[in-house]
This record gives sequence, structure tokens and C-alpha cells, in this order.
Amino acid sequence: MSEPVIKTEKLTKRFGDFIAADALSFDVMPGEIFGFLGANGAGKTTAMRMLCGLSKPTSGEATVAGYDVYRETDLIKKNIGYMSQKFSLYEDLTVVENIRFYAGIYGLTDKAIREKSEALLDQLGMTHEAKKLVSELPLGWKQKLSFSVAVIHQPKVVFLDEPTGGVDPVTRRQFWDLIYDASDKGMTVFVTTHYMDEAEYCNRVSIMVDGRIDALDSPQNLKKQFSVHSMDEVFYQLARGAKRTAD
Amino acid sequence: MSAVRLENITKTYNKGTVSAVSDVSFEVAQGELFGLIGPDGAGKTSIFRMLTTLLLPDGGKASVDGYDVVKDYKTIRSRVGYMPGRFSLYQDLTVEENLAFFATVFGTTIEANYELVKDIYRQIEPFKTRRAGKLSGGMKQKLALCCALIHKPGVLFLDEPTTGVDSVSRKEFWEMLRRLKEQNITILVSTPYMDEATLCDRIALIQSGKILSIDTPAGTVKSFRGNLFTVRSAEIYRLLNDLRDYENTGTCFAFGEHLHLTFAEERAGQEEDLQQYLRQKNHTDIELGRVEPGIEDCFIQFMKQ
Repeated sequence: MSEPVIKTEKLTKRFGDFIAADALSFDVMPGEIFGFLGANGAGKTTAMRMLCGLSKPTSGEATVAGYDVYRETDLIKKNIGYMSQKFSLYEDLTVVENIRFYAGIYGLTDKAIREKSEALLDQLGMTHEAKKLVSELPLGWKQKLSFSVAVIHQPKVVFLDEPTGGVDPVTRRQFWDLIYDASDKGMTVFVTTHYMDEAEYCNRVSIMVDGRIDALDSPQNLKKQFSVHSMDEVFYQLARGAKRTAD
Repeated sequence: MSAVRLENITKTYNKGTVSAVSDVSFEVAQGELFGLIGPDGAGKTSIFRMLTTLLLPDGGKASVDGYDVVKDYKTIRSRVGYMPGRFSLYQDLTVEENLAFFATVFGTTIEANYELVKDIYRQIEPFKTRRAGKLSGGMKQKLALCCALIHKPGVLFLDEPTTGVDSVSRKEFWEMLRRLKEQNITILVSTPYMDEATLCDRIALIQSGKILSIDTPAGTVKSFRGNLFTVRSAEIYRLLNDLRDYENTGTCFAFGEHLHLTFAEERAGQEEDLQQYLRQKNHTDIELGRVEPGIEDCFIQFMKQ
């Protein structure tokens, strides 16, 4: 059995009296696509920030890519990838400038950056677009590119925060092809989404309610457990009981 | 008379270099709940802004309640309710102050039209002394809807009211719209969530500034060309790749736990042939069957035309 890439044990974050994340315990295995769901205000962002080394937990334990979330936050940041829909690429830089920029941020050598840029452009079929501004690219290409630069340093795990919000149905599915492909190559994918059909694409799904993880299993088992036919109904049954709402 | 009417409306930005809305025409009947469904960048907000007289069209004609959006803009402004995509309330006024402000601006009072907002306002009334900036997302949404309704508009424009909102709050919001519709208010609502389409009387699917289709949700589904099949096996990702390589595959996309497939060419024995192919590829637990298309299937098909 290989070691989990993400391992948490009673991970908790308090803001004064408010328990934003309440004793979260779960493991995510290498190559797994792990869906992290919850209503607005359930505590997803707080949990994700702790796992990315951006926020210190109040109590509990967690390691990400083998590094401790209290003491080794710099190492975590170097060893994970992160992408959100809101911010990913610099629109007024060209395709190749974006690739170089991200590769540089992740500390790749000049030689590695040159090689990686060419390989990536080739792989994405964007060699002819290398010198185009990102703002001129169609949405589907932008997404491909932003995912690729988020994993340019080949991290063990990539965090995707609502990567497909507001995107057309074809582009949304093309994006999931990228996720499947990365997972096939052994990368762990930790993803949040409001689209419940996307929850079905995950190997396992956790659902947060009021700071706690109230359910965690494969979509198939969760549907069986709640005797329903879709993840939408599972989510609705759980989240309907939530006491708190917040932004 | 149509409550909303667009004839060949066009809008470009950056001196004509960026086309946001091209040649869009549709009508919304009095009391209808009409959905404008499409992804980001489809032109939904531009259409809303032109209809609420906040943006001038480059070409075409549009009217709201029979009034022209260019000539009669002042009349339209007093007769419509508009809830923009981004939160539009005054963050440092309380819930009650916000509502009173909007009522006053439109020359009315909360009391005069309380009946209309009662159902929704009751849910946030316990927090009426709280500043709007301190409300949760769901409560802000309810307050914004109350503020857009307080002058009893003939037409209500809701621009992506459920974007970024979780599925429980989305269901609640649509329930509120259904009840408003019973009061004979015309509602034009936009959303990127295709599953919300079925809650509208009629929908326009829109992509890159162009209308793909206008119909009832049931009519949209009926217009799907060809038969749609659902496929699954033990290894869904390998199945997706193998199906895309199959010689008679038209389209194949993931839909929740299944794949949706159309054949390139409908022919006798197509299902048996496919089963055979999948067995050759060592797939196990193969399930193949017909399925009714959803709005999203239709959207994908229209996009590919």
C-alpha cells in the first residue's frame, strides 16, 4: 500500500468562537480524483487553505505531499499545484510568457524552462499560438494552458478550486479529460465544484456541512447509502440540514 | 403585446472589434418565465444591460412593455426591476434601509407593495437591522430580489442570480421565482446552469453572442437529432477513450456516472456491433441503453452545428 498524498487527523480551524473546520480526518491516495463538496460557507475554502499551507490550523494534524501543514508550509507550496477559475493566467502576457513565468516561479532552471516550454507547446498543439496574448485565446485553450502551468513542476497533488464555473458544456468536459489524464499518470487531484454531475466523475467525494465532513465515499456507495439516484440528491439531503450560511 | 421584444439586436465593444451580441431576436410574453441559458461570454449580460437601458445597442430594435429601449429609456427604468449579476446593494445600509431606499427612489413605500415581497422578505426580516455587507450569500440574494421587486415592476430582469450559489440555495431561489410568476410578473432570467432550464416556460440557448435555439424545455429536448445512448463499464475513463476511437461514434461525452453517445450513422445492429467492440477491448460490466436527452445534450449538439 502506498502512502496517502494528503493525510489529515482531526484538522481544525477556529476563528474566535466560530469553528470553520471541525476535526476533519481523511486520506487521499496517489492518483486519486477526490471531490471536495459542500454548501457555501460549509468550510471548504478554510480547509483548502490549510492544506495549501496558507493558513495555520488551530489543532489536529495534516501532511500534504509528505510535508507538515504547521512547520513545512514552504515545502508544501513548492510541491503542490493550484488552479482556480478566478485567477490563473496573465491575460496581457503571451502564451509562452505565461509558461516561462510559472516555470520560473516554481524554480525550474533556465534550461529546464526552455525545454519545458517547447515540450508543453507541442503537447498542447499551441506552437503557432506561442506568441499570442492569452486574452486572444478561446476559453477551452485558456483552461488547458492554465491547468498545464499549474502542474508544470509535476507536483504530486493539484488543487482545483471550482475550475469549471460558468464554462460551456463541451469545454467543461474537455477539462475533465485533462483531470483524468493527470490522474492516470499518478497525480492526485483535489477538486471543488458546484456541478453535481462532476461529483460523479470523482473516485471519492467528501461533503462538508457546517464545518464537518458528513459523508465520504465513492459516488456509487454514497448514492446507495442515501437510496437515491444522483449525487445531486445526496448533496441536497445533507446540505439541507445545514445550520449556518456564510460567504 | 410582448413584454419584451428584441429584433436583430447587435452589440460590439472596442470600436467594433469584439462582437458581444449578434443579430439576436426573441420575444417574451406577458407573465412568462423566460430563461437565457449559456456560458460566460455568451452575451447574456450585454442583452440585459441593453434591455434595462444601461447600454445602447449598435443595431436592431428592442422594447420592454411596448416602450423603446432608446427613445423611452426613462419610462422603462421606472417600470422594470433589475438584479445585476454582482451584488448591487448598499453594503453599509441595513437590510431595512436598503429596501426603504429602493422603494423611495421609485416613489413608493415598503408598505404599499409589501404583499409582493412578503414571502421573501419574511425570511430576512429577523435580520432587518443588520448591514447588507454582513449578510450571507443566500440572504443577500433574497434582499436584492426584494429591492428589485419593491416598486412592483412589470418585468423583472435577473442576471445570473444563482451563479456561485450552492445547489440547495439554487433550488430555494427557483422556488421563489415560481411563486412570483403566479403573481403574473414577467421574468427574464439568465443562468449558466443548464439544469435550471427545465424550470422556465421557454428558454433561449445562447453561445458567443448568437442564439442557438428558442423553445420550451420539452420542445428543445424534442429537437435533438438522432438517438442518444447511455454507456458505462467498469473502467469509465478507458471506455471514454475507446468509444472516441470507435468507427461509428458521432459524439461521446461524460454525463455524471454514464457516457452519452450518438452514432455517426444510425444503422441496424449498431448496438450489437458496439457491444462486440467493447468486449474485444476487454470491457466488463457493459451497460448500453437509450436515454432521453437533457438540455445540456441539446446545447452540445447545437454548439457543434
